[in-house]
Amino acid sequence: MITLTPSPFSPSEALADFEKEARGAGAIVSFTGLVRDRAGDADVDGLHLQAYSPMTENGIEKAAADARQRWPLTALRIIHRTGDMGPFEPIVFVATASAHRRAAFEAADFLMDYLKTEAVFWKREFTKTGNRWIEPRAEDYSDSARWTQTNMETDRNARHK
Amino acid sequence: MADILYFGRLGDVAGTGAEKLDIPATITDTAALRRWLDVEKSAGGAFLEASVRLAVNSEIVVDPHPISPSDEIAFMPPVGGG
Repeated sequence: MITLTPSPFSPSEALADFEKEARGAGAIVSFTGLVRDRAGDADVDGLHLQAYSPMTENGIEKAAADARQRWPLTALRIIHRTGDMGPFEPIVFVATASAHRRAAFEAADFLMDYLKTEAVFWKREFTKTGNRWIEPRAEDYSDSARWTQTNMETDRNARHK
Repeated sequence: MADILYFGRLGDVAGTGAEKLDIPATITDTAALRRWLDVEKSAGGAFLEASVRLAVNSEIVVDPHPISPSDEIAFMPPVGGG
């Protein structure tokens, strides 16, 4: 299930609900992303997240379907904030469930890389010294590139040498 | 009237996040629209950047893509959430 919400949410409640939904799974992985209170040397007062509905939701649905195709998941949950939020507030929650840990870890990692670099959001940071739009960093893109099929095969071959 | 949406930093450049515009009849594709708006908004090339993608009626398109006077057209700088 996928939720975009302009209101604060509780990751611990989301995880408790997910554990009920995923009952019978051998492995549950969850990730929570929080708003940082520092960016470089500036204090962060808050973030603003813009989405473009329904393109944002449709894209995340497609990434979730990709994850389900690549890993044997028994349950999947994504919550993403939109609008204004303050430091320490949860901005994103991803949970995956599977029979074994590897699939759950990898699928959650894959979904987070999608959300960081491809999900249709624009993020603005408010600091004491001004406001700026944040775009993905080079390492966000290289993290995301790990999941292309060719790169995954190169990795596998490297591990087997 | 076309609905034009400016996301992320392009909202600052355009001075608004969304507006209805009468696009001149001579502007019939996305590449021409970028050039026209860049001049209209004195954007100094911000609308021409390759990293800025356009969506026509919620579908991301490749320049030059045909546009009609009543389309919803979104200017989308690089995306990213989390």
